Amino acid sequence: MSLAPTWMRTNGGAAGGVTLARSACGSLLVEVMRGTRMLRASGALWLAADRMLVAADLHLEKGSSYAARGQLLPPFDTRATLDRLEGEIAALDPAVVVLLGDSFHDARATARLAPEDSLRIAGLAKGRTLVWVVGNHDEEGPGALPGEVVDEIETDGLTLRHEPAAGPQRGEVAGHLHPCAKVVAYRRSVRRRCFLTDGERLILPAFGAYAGGLNALDPAFAGLFGRSPIAAALGPRVVHPLRVETLSAD
Amino acid sequence: MDGAAAHTVLPPRFEAWFASRGWRARTHQLAMVETARTRRDALLIAPTGGGKTLAGFLPSLIDLSERPPRNDAPGVHTLYLSPLKALAVDVHRNLELPIAEMGLKISAETRTGDTSVAKKTRQRKQPPDILLTTPEQLALFCAWEGSRAYFEQLDTVILDEIHALYGSKRGDLLNLGLARLQSFAPNLRRVGLSATVNDPELLRRWLTPQPGRAELVLGAPGAPPRVDIIETDEPPPWSGWTARHAMPEVYQAIKGARTALVFVNTRFQAEMAFAALWEINDDNLPIALHHGSLAAEQRRKVEAAMTRGELRAVVCTSTLDLGIDWGDVDLVIQLAAPKGSSRLIQRIGRANHRLDESSHAVLVPAHRFEVLECYAAAEAVAANDLDGDPPRVGAQDILAQHIMGVGCGEPFDADALYAEVTTSAPYAELSREDFDRVVDFVSTGGYALRTYDRFRRIVQGRDGLWRVRNGEIAARHRMNIGAIVDIPMLAIRIASRRAGKFVGGRKVGEMEEGFIEQLTPGDTFLFSGQVWRFEGVSGLDAYVTPAPSADPRVPSWGGSKFALSTYLARRVRRMIADEPGWTKLPDEVREWLEIQKRRSLIPAEDEMLVETFQRGRRHFLVCYPFDGRISHGTLAQLLTRRLERAELAPLGFVANDYALAVWAMRPIGGLDLDQLFQEDMLGDDLEAWLDDSYMMKRQFRQCATLSGLIERRHPGQEKTGRQVTFSTDLIYDVLRRHQPDHLLLRCARADAATGQLDVARVALLLQRIKGRIRHVVLSKVSPFAVPAMLEIGREPVFGMAQEAILEENAAELIADAMELEELGELEDR
Repeated sequence: MSLAPTWMRTNGGAAGGVTLARSACGSLLVEVMRGTRMLRASGALWLAADRMLVAADLHLEKGSSYAARGQLLPPFDTRATLDRLEGEIAALDPAVVVLLGDSFHDARATARLAPEDSLRIAGLAKGRTLVWVVGNHDEEGPGALPGEVVDEIETDGLTLRHEPAAGPQRGEVAGHLHPCAKVVAYRRSVRRRCFLTDGERLILPAFGAYAGGLNALDPAFAGLFGRSPIAAALGPRVVHPLRVETLSAD
Repeated sequence: MDGAAAHTVLPPRFEAWFASRGWRARTHQLAMVETARTRRDALLIAPTGGGKTLAGFLPSLIDLSERPPRNDAPGVHTLYLSPLKALAVDVHRNLELPIAEMGLKISAETRTGDTSVAKKTRQRKQPPDILLTTPEQLALFCAWEGSRAYFEQLDTVILDEIHALYGSKRGDLLNLGLARLQSFAPNLRRVGLSATVNDPELLRRWLTPQPGRAELVLGAPGAPPRVDIIETDEPPPWSGWTARHAMPEVYQAIKGARTALVFVNTRFQAEMAFAALWEINDDNLPIALHHGSLAAEQRRKVEAAMTRGELRAVVCTSTLDLGIDWGDVDLVIQLAAPKGSSRLIQRIGRANHRLDESSHAVLVPAHRFEVLECYAAAEAVAANDLDGDPPRVGAQDILAQHIMGVGCGEPFDADALYAEVTTSAPYAELSREDFDRVVDFVSTGGYALRTYDRFRRIVQGRDGLWRVRNGEIAARHRMNIGAIVDIPMLAIRIASRRAGKFVGGRKVGEMEEGFIEQLTPGDTFLFSGQVWRFEGVSGLDAYVTPAPSADPRVPSWGGSKFALSTYLARRVRRMIADEPGWTKLPDEVREWLEIQKRRSLIPAEDEMLVETFQRGRRHFLVCYPFDGRISHGTLAQLLTRRLERAELAPLGFVANDYALAVWAMRPIGGLDLDQLFQEDMLGDDLEAWLDDSYMMKRQFRQCATLSGLIERRHPGQEKTGRQVTFSTDLIYDVLRRHQPDHLLLRCARADAATGQLDVARVALLLQRIKGRIRHVVLSKVSPFAVPAMLEIGREPVFGMAQEAILEENAAELIADAMELEELGELEDR
């Protein structure tokens, strides 16, 4: 039923471009380190070869973290984030679910989890491997919740870790920076979470409902890529590949 | 009133003072003194130049002058509130004159955001007799600990330019503040002052505790204003908003006047007009520019030069609408149509502060429809026919902010506070249930998921009283008080290059982020009367360098900020329908109407004309409700949805104050138009579209900020509107999915329906045209349609979906990418 995707390569000059294709489900397929990786409209990464689903920066309980300090943001962010994650699991049936760090907004977040949300998280580990890569916000790990806790994962030519290492890194998949792409056209602007990749490394967008975003043109991203990356901006159903040169600063 | 009557009203000292100035107290000034003796609230409506402010203060000055000397520091006697800081300062200056000349022992002081901390602290310990300030400061007072004692002896509160305060969220907050003051000082008397009031009954109730209405005191009307419509050599163009064609005549008018105020509706119009006037300023007349984006010191310089009588003209926006005294202005020029008669009358009042001479105004229509509108406005002024907003229901986000403030000030009893709040006119109809819901929102956020009970911002004690949970939360609330949400702004700074990088220098002013966003480095634009080159953004600064010889890339979205008022719209429709009356219109406008009659038709006053025609491969529908840009925009969005459902593949729309045009791939003319414009489009279509529209998100952000859900500022960090934008969108999405009936979502919807989208006006429009649609199928564009057609592609395309914008950019990348097949590289994947 599915049409074979049309593969193409962006015009990246002498350094070579990014090889990509649009899939019928709205995802974007990109080649990173000689393997096909699926960038999902949800903001998650699907590594089909390992049946591995990767989501970064869930920032669970960010709402209650603000509430504790007097700003009563709607307390639905954890369930909204879990709704989306469970949706992806139902769609893809992964063998491994990797949460790529900053899964909790702060050290005391696990204590604030509603009991039913704790149960839902525990449910993620049923029948599959749940891996917590620790980040700067959740160095303590997931507390009593099930799953393996690791610093990084090596798989299929890729290294999965929370925080991008300095300088171009071949085969690194990381989160932490919450990239966002902004496009200005027709006297309007659109700002969306995005993946960034140059075909050698991949930065994931934040998956959490309340996670903020950092503009892809921010200096924090400079120096991470050896050649010009593309931004894969998230729509409700479709991932839009964009040339970084066409993006706007905030 | 004759001198004998005045004797019985004014104390000798005051009468002598009037005589020493060669004046006699005016009837309404005496009436205000007499009303004060009855202790009834009073609304004074008197034309500008009628000694209105003095009339407001006279009873207080008399009372204070008769006060027996006391040892203990008395509290504030009279609180004066003005919509503008500058006005409070100006009124203070004018007030010092009679106080000094009569040798009264009365202290009067101002207090604004600019007042030094030392002075503010002293004012708390030693209150002045008369305190002049703004509504924002009143809201702050309410959140003070000890405010009850501070205002216990308050005798009078004076609200100046009350028409500019009441019909907004700012007015809601002010009115709640008045109710609070009244509970501190039950004998408090309220006084409202205004020159232009369209609905005195509404204001009489708004001013006074409910139920009840204030006494109305009317000043003698001044000489009727003289309003002319400019005659130009070059006929007005079909569309546009710059009125460039009329600049030679505008210049001549300035030359013929002592001092002229040139009013425009937007800052960009101001920049354009200022530049155009200087292009032809062969006599080097001192012409200045004044608008809200210019740096404060620059504005103050212009104001000072104006007061000294050194300027011949100031091109200005609504920043100069309100009552600062300009001395010698003898001509008001309104560039582009005024859009509403109240605004025009207010502006005309800026000229000539002497009552017996008539003020002179010249209207300059920017295009042909505006010629009609200007005639309608001139007629409306002659008839003193004022337009205005319908009465509003107090916003609940504002109520939330107020309740939090009250809780920061002192512990409150919910029953007593409910009783107090419902004396405030905007909240007179508030149900107890809604009130309790707002209290719950303030305390816990009002979420169905009760997980925040331990994070309550206000807590109920064993004594049953509500109080703020702790001092830190109170301090943070006080930093976020006020009903004005700042639009994200960037500072415009002159940049210099140091070591290959730009560094910011002097600040020239501020511009909306939305405008800066449209610029790419190298673009040139007009600002503060000069052409600048945009160099880039750094943090909250936009760097520019002077580009004196460049042609500015003028933004095209500088059309009118105001939408045509219902009153003027009705007059314009009547004018068009009244064929015998066309003779008084300029030739080119009359001819235009005549050609319209031959080519299409002239609708009767109560009809709406719909024209359909094909142009190129597109099929157009143009209709003419004359109901203002905002409601037309909403109607166009809804029509587009209906056309989509009818599978006519609509492509886009434009809307201006007079007409709206929708175009599609397939012919529209065959549709049942009565059905297309049926009122039920305000049901599901509206709901569905609303929830997704970016206007709702913008509105939600405002409600979230005003209600205190999102902090604008918190200690140690100045959070700008810019940084706040993204997170409220996330909150909106989550809340919409998980609790669609949440208080703030209902707030945002109510706001969108009344303000941003003007749904109420669309509803009236659909009702009005029911069964009165006149459809004409044309072979080509009609004269009426030309202005709308010219706007296509020039205005922002609000209908364009965000996804479409992204997809277009993605398509560009894909078009540019090489298919691997072509490269012969297709490997086995």
